[in-house]
Formats: sequence, C-alpha cells, structure tokens
Amino acid sequence: MKDLNYIQKFKEFKIDFRAYTLFFALVIIWLLFGSLTGGIFLSTRNFSNLLRQMTIISFLAIGMTPVIITGNIDLSVGAMTGFISVIAAYLQAIIFPNLLPGLFPSLSIASLGIISTVVTVIICLFIGLLIGLGQGYIIAYGGVPAFIVTLGGQFVLKGGILGVTQGKTIIPIEDSLRVMAQGYLSEYAGIIVAIIAIIIIFISTLQNRTKKKEYGIKVRSLGMDLFVAAVFSVLILVFTFMMNSYRGIQIPVLIMATIAIIVTYIMNNTRFGRHIYAVGGNREATRLSGINVRKVVLKTYAMMGILCGVSGIILTGYVAAGTTSGGTNYELSAIGGCVMGGTSLMGGIGTVFGAVIGTLIMTSLENGMSVMNMSVFWQYIVKGLILILAVYLDVTSRKNKV
Amino acid sequence: MKDDFILKINNVTKDFPGVRALSDVSFNVKEGTIHGICGENGAGKSTLVKILAGVYPFNTYQGSIYFNKKELKLTSSSIEEAIKEGIATVYQELVLVPYLTAGENIFLGREPRNQRGIINWNKLFSDTKEILTKYKLNVPLFSKLSTLSVGQQQMVEIAKALSHEVKLLILDEPTSALTEAETSSLMEILKNLKKSGVTCIYISHRLDEFFQITDSITVLRDGQVVDTVKTVDTTEEKIIAMMVGREMKKRFPDKKSKPGEKILEVRNLSVFLKNKSVIKNVSFDLKKGEILGIAGLMGSGRTELVTALFGEYGNQVTGDILLDGKHIKINSAEDAIQYGISLVPEDRKEKGLVLIQEIYKNISLPNLRQFSSRFNIDKYKELQECQKYADYLAVKTPSLFTITESLSGGNQQKVVIAKWLMSNPKILILDDPTRGIDVGTKYEIYNLINKLAEKGVGIIMISSELEEVLGISDRIMIMHEGQCAGTIERKEATQEKIMALATNIKKNNRYD
Repeated sequence: MKDLNYIQKFKEFKIDFRAYTLFFALVIIWLLFGSLTGGIFLSTRNFSNLLRQMTIISFLAIGMTPVIITGNIDLSVGAMTGFISVIAAYLQAIIFPNLLPGLFPSLSIASLGIISTVVTVIICLFIGLLIGLGQGYIIAYGGVPAFIVTLGGQFVLKGGILGVTQGKTIIPIEDSLRVMAQGYLSEYAGIIVAIIAIIIIFISTLQNRTKKKEYGIKVRSLGMDLFVAAVFSVLILVFTFMMNSYRGIQIPVLIMATIAIIVTYIMNNTRFGRHIYAVGGNREATRLSGINVRKVVLKTYAMMGILCGVSGIILTGYVAAGTTSGGTNYELSAIGGCVMGGTSLMGGIGTVFGAVIGTLIMTSLENGMSVMNMSVFWQYIVKGLILILAVYLDVTSRKNKV
Repeated sequence: MKDDFILKINNVTKDFPGVRALSDVSFNVKEGTIHGICGENGAGKSTLVKILAGVYPFNTYQGSIYFNKKELKLTSSSIEEAIKEGIATVYQELVLVPYLTAGENIFLGREPRNQRGIINWNKLFSDTKEILTKYKLNVPLFSKLSTLSVGQQQMVEIAKALSHEVKLLILDEPTSALTEAETSSLMEILKNLKKSGVTCIYISHRLDEFFQITDSITVLRDGQVVDTVKTVDTTEEKIIAMMVGREMKKRFPDKKSKPGEKILEVRNLSVFLKNKSVIKNVSFDLKKGEILGIAGLMGSGRTELVTALFGEYGNQVTGDILLDGKHIKINSAEDAIQYGISLVPEDRKEKGLVLIQEIYKNISLPNLRQFSSRFNIDKYKELQECQKYADYLAVKTPSLFTITESLSGGNQQKVVIAKWLMSNPKILILDDPTRGIDVGTKYEIYNLINKLAEKGVGIIMISSELEEVLGISDRIMIMHEGQCAGTIERKEATQEKIMALATNIKKNNRYD
C-alpha cells in the first residue's frame, strides 16, 4: 500500500533527542553528586528521599505544563497549595473532630479518621477546582492577562492562609492523611503494582500491533516489540526492588506517577490535549478552526487547580501540620521544572514527561547540594544559574536547527 | 549634464526563490515631477519601492540605479541609509508610535539636545511647527498620534520624511486607508510639495488620482514595464488596458458542471466595526456547484464580507443569511463550521495554520470529532484520513509528520485546503487562495475547486488577480468601498469591465 509510507518513515526515524538530552543531563548530575558525596547521594535511602521531595513540586509542574503550553502562566500555585494545605489541616484538626463523632457516634476513632481524610481530600480537590475555574474564567473570558490574575490570586490566597491559620500552625493531622504523603507500599504490594504495570505495558504493545495491522501499517517484528516491552519491565522491576530494599515504593511517588501518566495521556490522546497544543501554537488559527479557545484555557486552569489540591493535601500530610509558610515559592520551582524540561514559555511546545524530569533535575540539584552540606545561599545561586544555562542551551540548539 | 532626471532605473531584475518579481525594469523620473507607478497586485510595485528604500540592498538585484547623477549603492538593509542619500518612503501601513505627539514622532531618535544630552523640547516643537507650516500640513502640535485621524497620521509620516533633506519622496499606496476628504487634501499637499521642488513617486490603486497629480505614469505588469507615458497623453482606459491587457493563455481548467439549486442567500448584509460601516447592504446568492468570484481591490471589503459569513464579527453584523432557505445566525467560527461553511483564510500563516505543528495535526484540527471519542483519538484512523487528503491534494512532503513551517507556500496552502476539505463543507470560501503561489500549484488548486464544484459544493472565491476571477468563476461580484459595485456573468465579463467597477471609474469628479 502506497498511501501509508509517510507513517512508516516516521516510525523509523523518530528519535526524541530532547528526552535523551534530559536523561543524559540527569545521569551526569547524579554521577557528579555521587562522586562528590562519596556515594551517599546514590544510596537507596537518599534516592527514596529525593523522589519524595520532588512529588509536591511535580504535581504543580504537571499542571503548569498545559497552562504554559497554551501561552499562559500561573503564579498562584504556590499560594494555592499553601492555602489548600491549611484548609486540609483546619478540616482535620478543628472541624471534623467536633463534627464527625456527632454524626457517626457508633464508629471507632480510627474509622472516623479515615472518613475525615476521605472527606478532606474531596473538599480540597473541589476547592482547588473552584479556584482554578475562577482564575481561569477571568483570564479566558475576562481577557485579563494571566500574569496579573494569578499574581493577584497569589496575594489573595496568601491572605487566605493567614486568615485560616490566624498565624498559627494547625495540628494534629489524621494518620490516614499522613500515610498518603509519607507512607510506603509493603514489599508485596509494591511487587503487585510492578506486575500490573508490566502487564499493562505488554497488553498495550500487543494492542498497538493489532491496530497497526488493521490499518495496514508495517509493524516491527514481534520479537523486537517484545524486547522493548521487556526492557521497560526490567526497569520497573529494578526500581521496585531497589525501593523495597529500603522501605518500599512511596505512596506519594505512586500517586505522582499515576497522575503524570493520566495527564500525559490527556495531552497526547484526547481532543482537549490537541487543542491545548494548537492554542499555544497559533491561537488565531485554532479559533478559526472552530475551537472554543477560551474554554480550552479555562479547562487548563481547572486542571491546574485540581493538581494544586493534590499538592496541598500531600503537603499537609508530609509536614503533618498546616503552616503559614507552606507552598511559598513553589510556583517558581514548578515553572523552573517545566522550562528545564523543554516547555516553551512562548507556548505550543512542551511535555508532561519533560516537566517531571525537569523537576527531578532541579530537586536532584537541591538534594545533592544539601547532602554535600553546601550553604543555602550557594544552593540558590547554583540552581538559578543552572536553570538559565539549561534554557540558554535549549534556545541556541533550537535556533541552530531552523 | 543635459538631462534633468533625478532617478534613472536601468534594467533592474530582482529574483525571489521561484519567482521573478522584477524583470529588466527601466524608466526615468524627472526632477520636480510626480511620477506615478501603477499595476495589479503582484506586478512588482512594492518590490521596486523596497529596492529604492534600501530594504533590498545593492547586489541583491541586477541592474543599476542612478540617483542624483550618481549610482545608488545602498549596502545595509536599513532605511537610514536611503534617507541619508535623500530618498524617503511613506508606506501603506503607518509606522509611527501612537502614544507620542507629531513632533516626537518626527524627531524620534534624533531629538535636538543640549550639551548634556537633555532634549530641547522648545526647539523640537518649533522645528516641528516650521515643517508643518512650510508644507501646509494641518496637524495639531500637541496631540498624541492615536487621537488623530488616519489622514492626519499620514501627514505626520510625510512630515517625518520631509524633515530629512529629501529629494525623492516615495508614497506607496498612501490613500488606501483614507477617506475621500482626506484623499483630496493629500492631493493638495502633494501639489504643494511639487511646487517646493520635491520629486515624488506615487503608487496607488486608484487611477483617478494619477490624473489629478502625476506628470507621467509607468505601468508595471508581471514585473515588467509595459510603458512609461506622459499623463496628459493618456486616459484611464488606456492605463487599464496596459495593466491587464495580456493574452489569456490556457491557464484555467474547464469547468464542466452547471450550478444547481440555491444554497445560500445573503440579504442586506452590513458590518459595523468601531462605528465604521465596513460592509454596506450587500446581497447575493450562491448555488450548489457554483463558483462565485469576488473581485475588488484590497480594502474594498471583500475579506470582511467573507469573514462576516464565517461568524467573525458576531453581533456587529446585520442582515439575513439563509442556508438552504432557512434563516441562520452565525456568531462564531464554530457555528459556521457546524452549518457546513468553511473558510480558507487570506493569511495562511497567521490564520490558517499552526506552523510549529506537524502536517497531520493541522489537517485534522477542525475535524478531530470524526475519529475520536470523548476520551481517545484514534490516531491511526486520523493518519489514514489525513493521508487520504494529503494524497488527493498531492501535498509534496517527505511525511505527514513534517513540521508545516518547512513546507513551501503552495504546499502550506494545500494543507489548509486539505484541512477544510476533510470537514466536508457545503460552502467553501477561499480568500485569495493563490496569492504568492507558483503557476503550477495554482493550476492544481483551480482544478480542485472545479472538482469540488462538480460535487455540488458552493464556492466563493476572492481573488486579487482579474485573470483568475475571469478564468474560474461562474459569476463575478465586484466589491468597491464595502458595497457590491456589480455582478457580472462570466460570459459578459471582461477585465476592463471589472476594473472599471472596482476602481469606480465613473465617479471621476469626486475631487472637484
């Protein structure tokens, strides 16, 4: 069949250089810190910590990616995370302990705690969604620049944090919520998760093959496809056993991976995702293609809001308290992660995967320098310079290509 | 020297990739005269202006230009150098800072200063006043440009050009954005300039203006000089004949089918933008399988008319639109597409394509619903469909995954058309679809339009080229200043008739 030769060519030549460069940079940074810290940096324990450290920023970077791709920005995510975090703490420490025993007098304290956590999670995600929709509506339909709306939103939410906490730290937090942020999967649970992931990889590989055959596209040999699937499976197993040799796979890391996969899927395989990239690439052409550009922008902010909710909940569970300083400057780290991962502030270009790797690089720098006992002032300076350097290299490499 | 030519253009040829914009152009301009240059869109007028203004520097063209008795060799692509030589250009689009006053704009970047570098405002304003009075330009001294009318802004632009020691002033379609009153005052200004010894090159689409002010006229066609004549020795009809009068070769495929029943009716459509009436009471019909050509000069409202049909102006549109006999209201592009109306826009780069994306994503953008559920796009189906249309249009590309930006103009246009064909329109509107496209691809596009018409699609096609409108349309509607100046059946249409309606030749007396 002549007509599908375009597709074959693509499959043969498609190599994502960007992703490889990022990985390469990550490996270099890890090896560098590994040697500078006499191997401590590369220990399983530190590696486990590193991954947990990155989760909270990762949620924000994942949500920020579509926002930046449409050519907008969200400066309020740090404050929103902080705000939702103190709301979660307030609900758990002040509202529910008084409310729930009255509603369910027959239940044990442990069960009440779980109900408290479930309801808290739902409310927090809902608040995130509402704030996201509110800001998104003003940006998309009100025509106020995103920079201004979310800068204003940052102030409002910071005020909200102080209002809720009255300047104090709110404790205690239910154990069940802490588990979400600090817990580990048991050894067996970890292996089961790994096996499920591996099964999914193989099934989708095979499904893909049938689909390709159905449309008459030449497929690689079965052996080759299975080999690739096997390589990924081995990586997952290695990771699982590595984590299990310390305390197990961390629950927040699992949540992060799940969300990253879901959002990646949305970006690549749904109309909404396509529209996001199109809006960022050429807003006018997209509008003239009959796409409701405003609604697309609104939805990216709604998604961002929900992810701020997730981030806020995990933050509360992690610190086991609601604090006034929670979330401060997270927006900058999230934007830094996105940009480091190749998202263009001009819009139209970027991936969730890149944003996660970018965040991992930023967190690795932070973690590595802490392990080395480098002074905090140096840490800031190095992080800032590396961010600028990364984007500079990216910009120049793109220029050379065109 | 015995000749008194200030500018001599000798055998200038300028090539762009794939196109020869100017071919062996030669003519002379007498000192102290107003010299008109006319020609259809794409005849090479703008290219010539850009060479004289130094946008295309010496060595990027062949031939020689003598200005003021010595050869003009502009090396950099900055207009500063041309100005230093004594050539200033006023472009069609204004290039002034809207939030500064006339004087600040005129002396932008070279404000009079004292020894310490502080701007001497008194001198700036008195110099400005001197220039404005000298050339009888009626512009308020202390108002910001944004508060002035377009005509007044243009005067500032002219004043800016004249504030340099210019010997040659080039005006590139200065009246395209002016009202009639503003135009006639510009005519007065130009006459005054001539009295004070400034030579002008005047470019316009409005032929009557040439006969009011110019001393001689050079007619360009397809990058070549047809003739240079004294204005007193010629007539508008003769000029039009020179502009369009080339032999019709077989450049258009034959259309076999006949129009069917009526599909679209537009009644008294008017558009108001910023309290200005852009389209005035336009009515027309479109039948199934009919190709309705819309002719008209740039700024005649032709683009606004079709974008209004595509829902771009929302509630600023009055009048009735009937599709298949039913009244419809089109408030957005989304609505239009739902009704089966598609628009291939005028500016494919700005409005037609997401240039940084792959070809297939551009083709499928408005059509994703055809192969997606709420939660999934069937990518293989998508690729297969896109492939079908890319093949149908013979898009020349290594792969559907090629970034659209890297395609040639003609192939980019094919991608835009592919995208709208996939949406299966009842009515396809094409706004100047062959602009900047080579002859071969043009023929392919004409063929395609014919094929669509044969299938029963109603087609509205705007074109800047008279030949094209004549070659392809069943019927031609001519727009002039937002109104329908007339509709001509193909059999009865001639280039002269269309040009006469489009330039509104009968209203010759409007400056009297």
